[in-house]
Amino acid sequence: MTRAVRRSGGQVDVRALCATVLTIGLLTACPPDRLTAQDLERGKALYDKWCAGCHGETGAGDGEGAAFMLPRPRDFTRAVYQIRTTASGELPTDDDLRRVIDQGMPGTAMPGWREKLPAGDRNAVLAHIKTFSRFFQRGAPEPLDLGSAPGGGDAAVAEGRQVFEKLECFKCHGPTGRGDGTSAPTLTDDWDHPIRAADLTRAWRFNGGASVEQIYARLRTGLDGTPMPSFSDAIASNVLTEEQLWRVAQYVRSLSPEREPEVREVIRAALAAELPADVGDSAWNAVEPAYVPLVGQIVVKPRWFSPTVDGVWVQALHDGERVALRLVWHDPSRSPDPAWDEWLGRVAATMSDADGALPTAQGPDRLHVQLPPEAPAGAERPYFLGGGARAPVVLWAWSSDSDRVAEGTARGLGTFEPRSGDGTIAHSARYDEGAWQLQLVRTLAPADSTRGPRFTPGSSVPIAFLAADGSNGEGTVRGAVSAWYAIYLDVPTPTRVYVMPVVAMLVTAGLGVLVVRRAQRQRKL
Amino acid sequence: MRRMMLAVGTVALCVACGGGGGGGGGDQAGGAEGGDQAAPAAAAALGTASVSGNVLFTGTAPANPAIDMAEEPACRDKHPEGPRDPEVVVTDGKLANVFVYVKSGLPAGQTFPAPSAPAVIDQDGCLYHPRVLGVMVGQPLEIRNSDPVLHNIKAVPTVNRGFNISQPQAGMTTTRTFSDPEVMVPLECNVHGWMNAFLGVVAHPFFAVSGTDGTFTIGGLPAGTYELEAWHEKFGTRTASVTVTDGGTATVEFSFAAN
Repeated sequence: MTRAVRRSGGQVDVRALCATVLTIGLLTACPPDRLTAQDLERGKALYDKWCAGCHGETGAGDGEGAAFMLPRPRDFTRAVYQIRTTASGELPTDDDLRRVIDQGMPGTAMPGWREKLPAGDRNAVLAHIKTFSRFFQRGAPEPLDLGSAPGGGDAAVAEGRQVFEKLECFKCHGPTGRGDGTSAPTLTDDWDHPIRAADLTRAWRFNGGASVEQIYARLRTGLDGTPMPSFSDAIASNVLTEEQLWRVAQYVRSLSPEREPEVREVIRAALAAELPADVGDSAWNAVEPAYVPLVGQIVVKPRWFSPTVDGVWVQALHDGERVALRLVWHDPSRSPDPAWDEWLGRVAATMSDADGALPTAQGPDRLHVQLPPEAPAGAERPYFLGGGARAPVVLWAWSSDSDRVAEGTARGLGTFEPRSGDGTIAHSARYDEGAWQLQLVRTLAPADSTRGPRFTPGSSVPIAFLAADGSNGEGTVRGAVSAWYAIYLDVPTPTRVYVMPVVAMLVTAGLGVLVVRRAQRQRKL
Repeated sequence: MRRMMLAVGTVALCVACGGGGGGGGGDQAGGAEGGDQAAPAAAAALGTASVSGNVLFTGTAPANPAIDMAEEPACRDKHPEGPRDPEVVVTDGKLANVFVYVKSGLPAGQTFPAPSAPAVIDQDGCLYHPRVLGVMVGQPLEIRNSDPVLHNIKAVPTVNRGFNISQPQAGMTTTRTFSDPEVMVPLECNVHGWMNAFLGVVAHPFFAVSGTDGTFTIGGLPAGTYELEAWHEKFGTRTASVTVTDGGTATVEFSFAAN
């Protein structure tokens, strides 16, 4: 019914929509000019309370918190919205706006409000948001008719990949979709703020939703205010067919796992006869990775609300003597990289320097593995952000520009006392198309017991991570951090597990033979 | 069925939303742009006066930045002398790419029909041609891609609605219009961050862009006194007042200086 209503034209359209909505009793969903003055007043009060801190009292996206955020909160005064069902340049429908208010924008500071505010309140806020721009006084926008997805499958995905390449989507999104295209460092939004090309391998963070249909909608409508264009005109000009664009959507969907990876607190290190030789060893392919989400470090100053790295995949193995970790994380820049100077300059110009200015030169990329000095007996662990004065942590601090792992102790985030003497960590690192891979290997129990915790098969050791993108102005404090996780080493299967069944079989068989022989002897007698 | 629903809807609307029967008359008409325009007055006839002039430049023009087109050999090869971003084009003390238009002075209420012939902007060698272009409100703007590479064309206006469309193939053309006057509307390509163009959108045909010899001519003006504005992307605006008589040509000089 809604679709029919939308298709009927002009003035009647709005009334019909209103009537439809009224019949199901949702008075507040009427367009703002039909709302009562009281509703609008309530919308403003709610907006001032819940939204203005980021979006600003006048809706210009300049609230108190805005200068710490990237992407910035929406500037409502221009009525330019990313997630729409309407053509490029058109206003969003009320349903489009409602979806963002209800579900939020993953990967940004915008939360979903469905659980936080009742529907009536959300509608009143929606109406208030529309008062920030005169554009909403125009007619109600028409959603595009997007049709429905053709059947998928491997052939569809393969064709989608070809079209993806023909359309040069890789220019921004990178050849494998990790947001590391050659144009990625130069991208800005309509407000001249730096903006990332989406990492297409993380569908669970897509602002407009992860389904093939939602991806296709983004390809057709574009993401207004961002560099992402609409491909509808290319279809109208017969440069592209709708089916080809559906294939692109299917291919893009195939780049991500089915759903957001489950986060488990314990990372399992299985026992291997032999540890992988280096980070690229195919033996790693058989090891199940654990996903550890990282978030901006926003406790210790300088705080950082816009980290590049949003998670690290952790794989672990041990051979009874040594433990090996492989860490994989996406970072579109191999820092320092002159191509990203421009990006860092824009980030520095955009972000608040309230916590201190950003570095003017790119640092290296970093990955810190954080461990307690000893495997704790109880549940107590050092402070998760770099430990403290009384309870320090051990760091294995890898950085990209020297490609080395420094071992040391931290007593608070950003502090580091390097250990003298030979390192105990063997490592290998590789950067490939927007992803770092790092392998770290250490003996389970170093001879020098002050070298960090002893790993014991059958027990676990707390472990945490910090990742920093030098091209984004990040370092050992401004960066992406995890909470404490635990790494558990599988127990080697004792030899008797294999021997005992054989012994039992032999004994049983022997006894059987004895019984039979005795029986035969008795019969002869 | 639909009609019945609409009837019910209208009644419900009158009761619940408090709208008078005919409330909100014309503001929803068929999704037309520029809802604030009144019924068009009789289109004004063009006059016989004209303004011609020169745009001068004093001082040393800044060097135009070189563009690294290594990633786009197809574009790079169209610039045998090495691609540069033509921000400031000065020849013998004359400044090109200045948008000159009648800012005020036209009789109130007069409207001018938009030509059906499009204003054309081309993407060639990963640069816009022309870089500065005038277009009338409602006049089709035709955007062409002469490069065998992907371009996106993003208009970032503040008064008008913007757009962001892709042209993944040479030969593709796209047409857009603007609903309201706006000087200037920036156009940009995000695949090639150096690509910038500027559109002067005006409600009348009295505009011109200075050529490489710095000259411009605005014809068809009715007799009167006008304020002209000259706009340059790096050097801002200058204004001049000019009076023209029927059949006459007035001359105007604008002067910009190195910052």
